[in-house]
Amino acid sequence: MTMETALALAGLAVVLALTSAAVSLLAKRVPATLRTVATPLLGLAGLAALAAGLAALVLGGSIQTTLPLGLPWLPWHIRLDALAGFFLLLIGVVTCAVGLYGPAYVRGFEHSEDSLTALGGFSGLFVTGMLMVVLADDAFLFMVAWELMSLSSYFLVAYHHEHGANRRAAFLYLLMAHVGGLMILLAYGVLAAFGTGFSFNELRVAQLPPMWAGVAFTLAFVGFGMKAGLVPLHAWLPAAHPVAPSHISALMSGVMLKVAVYGFIRVVFDLIGEFPWQWGVAVLSIGSVSALYGVLAAMMQSDLKRLLAYSSVENLGIIFIGLGLSLLFLSTGFRALGALAFVAALYHCLNHAVFKGLLFLGAGAILHSTHERDLDQMGGLLRRKPWTGLFFLVGVLSISALPPFNGFVSEWLTFQAALQAWQLESGVLRSIVPIVSAVLALTGALVAATFVKVYGVAFLGQARSRHVRRARRGPWGMQAGQGWLAVLCLLLGAFPTWAIQLIDAVPREVLGSGLPQAGTHGWLWLTPVSAQTASYSGPLVVLMLAGIGLTAFWGLNHLWARGAPVRWVRRGDAWDCGFAPPSPRMQYTATAFAQPIRRIFGLLFTIDESVTEQEDGTTRHRLKIGDRFWGWLYLPIADAVESAAKRVVRLQSGSVRVYLGWTLATLVGLLWIIT
Amino acid sequence: MDHYLTLPGWGIAFVQSFLYIALAPLLVGWVRKVKARLQNRRGAPLLQAYRDLYKLLAKEVRVAHTASPLFRAAPYIVFTATWMAAATVPLLVVDLPTAAIADIIVLVGLLALARVFLALAGMDVGTAFGGMGASREMMIGALAEPAMLMAVFTLTMTAHSTNLSSVIDQHLADGFMLRPSYLFALGGLVLVAIAETGRIPVDNPTTHLELTMIHEAMLLEYSGRHLAMMEWAAQIKLLLYGTLIANVFLPWGIGRGVSAAALGLGLAAVLAKLAVLGVALAVGETVLAKMRIFRAPAFLNLALLLSLLGLLSHVILEVGA
Repeated sequence: MTMETALALAGLAVVLALTSAAVSLLAKRVPATLRTVATPLLGLAGLAALAAGLAALVLGGSIQTTLPLGLPWLPWHIRLDALAGFFLLLIGVVTCAVGLYGPAYVRGFEHSEDSLTALGGFSGLFVTGMLMVVLADDAFLFMVAWELMSLSSYFLVAYHHEHGANRRAAFLYLLMAHVGGLMILLAYGVLAAFGTGFSFNELRVAQLPPMWAGVAFTLAFVGFGMKAGLVPLHAWLPAAHPVAPSHISALMSGVMLKVAVYGFIRVVFDLIGEFPWQWGVAVLSIGSVSALYGVLAAMMQSDLKRLLAYSSVENLGIIFIGLGLSLLFLSTGFRALGALAFVAALYHCLNHAVFKGLLFLGAGAILHSTHERDLDQMGGLLRRKPWTGLFFLVGVLSISALPPFNGFVSEWLTFQAALQAWQLESGVLRSIVPIVSAVLALTGALVAATFVKVYGVAFLGQARSRHVRRARRGPWGMQAGQGWLAVLCLLLGAFPTWAIQLIDAVPREVLGSGLPQAGTHGWLWLTPVSAQTASYSGPLVVLMLAGIGLTAFWGLNHLWARGAPVRWVRRGDAWDCGFAPPSPRMQYTATAFAQPIRRIFGLLFTIDESVTEQEDGTTRHRLKIGDRFWGWLYLPIADAVESAAKRVVRLQSGSVRVYLGWTLATLVGLLWIIT
Repeated sequence: MDHYLTLPGWGIAFVQSFLYIALAPLLVGWVRKVKARLQNRRGAPLLQAYRDLYKLLAKEVRVAHTASPLFRAAPYIVFTATWMAAATVPLLVVDLPTAAIADIIVLVGLLALARVFLALAGMDVGTAFGGMGASREMMIGALAEPAMLMAVFTLTMTAHSTNLSSVIDQHLADGFMLRPSYLFALGGLVLVAIAETGRIPVDNPTTHLELTMIHEAMLLEYSGRHLAMMEWAAQIKLLLYGTLIANVFLPWGIGRGVSAAALGLGLAAVLAKLAVLGVALAVGETVLAKMRIFRAPAFLNLALLLSLLGLLSHVILEVGA
């Protein structure tokens, strides 16, 4: 296979996604088109993107072309290289799962009032937008594709627009996406001002003075950070992601946030290319704050999808910690270590796409069969939905960074990069990195606590409400979508050496140095720096865990049990220390589970908790947890805008002559500026 | 790395990992015995812990109607993960293949895996005590794990390797050098070990009062061989932390290379060190009272602070000095 074929596959993916959008126009007449044609086409688009990305990574070259579209003097440039290939792969993996999962899920909408055309059409355009962002090779096409992605996802967030809260979430999303888009546009503008044109090749050679490079970096970091949901620009994310249909939530959290990471890497690592260490520190600090705040906020939530959205903030924080470490090492001349941190960040991108996609699909499966998002109403779902329960468990273990699953490998690599901080010359930098790794360690442990809460409350124990008690297995398509991602979680955890050899093409192309020593001891051993420094054998850990566990199980249950005088396992009521048989309402709820953590880290949130006695003698517990950043950042801005608007409103006199006067004055003013 | 992966190396790693499961009840018995003597009791025989395990293994298992398959799988997963974590810590000799398979970060990860399944099993039956224990355990774990990682990072940064064998080699090669970072890390790790193994003052392994339980609350629904596996895993964890402290901070006596003399000396040395640590633990448990549960975060913050101070004093004072 050549790069031409890979590019053709990528083009095919875009065409398929567009076709899926176009076919959805029929869904108004024939509702079944969405289920039978449009959504499977989306899956095929994912498959094509997956193949194209894989080919680009394996071949390792790059190919450019222009399309006869765009502006007369600026045709659309397209380029497929290793970096684009990696993100195509990532988009493809999750879109494939959505293609498998979607048909059964959208069936539930066929009898509702909601417009199927809007769902299918904007899903297709959304995927098209993401694919085009990654393939774009000039700032113009990039921005067009970026806006396509943002706008189509706005309509998906606003899909259930009959609820006021959803409309508000969608508006906030639209607003922040556009402020972010403006920042990115300005960043390209700064780059272009010192270059000769808008294509990435021309931007890449632009010579920026340090101050303007700093401006471009800041604009790009804020713009892409806003889309990636970094704290404090995260407010839209936990509001917007949960309200979209679940397979779209999987795409938004799993993939769209990664497209923002792609943009950041493209602009900062590829186009700007040279950076002072201060940028690394900035990215590290924002990444650490996002990681820690994100997981604590996730711990506080009882709404499953909202919790998952906050956990995306946390994971994006971890990715940016990796990127920050990479910037830090690269700016101080440690290219190999920079590549290590870079690979760790990319690996975590892929892992997060896989396990967050899986968890959102799982949340969707629960929503599909119980119409419930509130953890405190769930319980006992593992016995009612065994496959979803199993796959969700894999997702939980992966996101909690537990060996031998994939989340552990990327976190391990990030730690390995951080542990090389002793090589840095500056004592200040040497001490920043350990503090960041402490934050990362705390984050990892809190994630485990958060997801024990999720799994323990939702899938274990007894059902807390009637509709959850009636939950049944989902259709096979939904299970297959989750199963594909769950298998990937295990494979990416068990065979990290192969995955890293595949990813290695990206740092070789973007940074000029890779991790040649990662697989020198064969596929069994992962040695990112050197065998002396650290080694991990994913396959052997899997083999030993499975081997010992199964041997112990078999030994105790079969060898040892032989000749046992009594029945070997007897079922009975729960013992519970001899108290009355426990009722479902006596179980720990999600809110109760989080109480110790809430008590320790309560200062970071606005917590409004009260217990009131009702007239009928029962007591009522009310708990409201708010995001402090609202009060710190968003409300002051909203107030400022409002008070400015109140002043400006005086211009609105209602008289046409006055308006014409203002227009004339503006025109004269602009002419004066130009001349 | 290749010099680890020899046939005798694998053989000794195999023997050593079985020594962990064989010795774990002995350490618990020893601590209980010393504690009893300190409290003017005669105490149970040294080998009582083995008898308890045998008794539990032979008993019928009783499982609640409401339990899911996870409840029955969890004891095996907890046991396996804890045992594998222990197998990566050099007990008798250094430079074994197990250290190359899994470094110190993997060790922490495997312990976290065991903790997650323990907590999930606690929540499975759907009783109030199980959820309470799981919530508390995850709170303690969330604060203890970063402290543990920071403490071991201090060591790994000194040795420029996360491989425990290399860390011990480095420490032996340095000779007896009093590094401030090591003292901080030792302090942090001791506090973490107390919290993670559920000892006084964080948790009381012998408590019969459900409302104060952490570890035991998650095991309330277990019986028979399931309970035996869980108990055994807890004992292995105690031995693991003891060995980690004994062999990493005071590595003298540990065998280097594969010979009968090295193995014998290693065994004698580690037994002596563990016996001393066991006495220290028993004394500590006798003179201290259990804390309120919400004092535990302060205790663990101290551990995190000590470990972080160790790491910072290493990167600021010792690197380049």
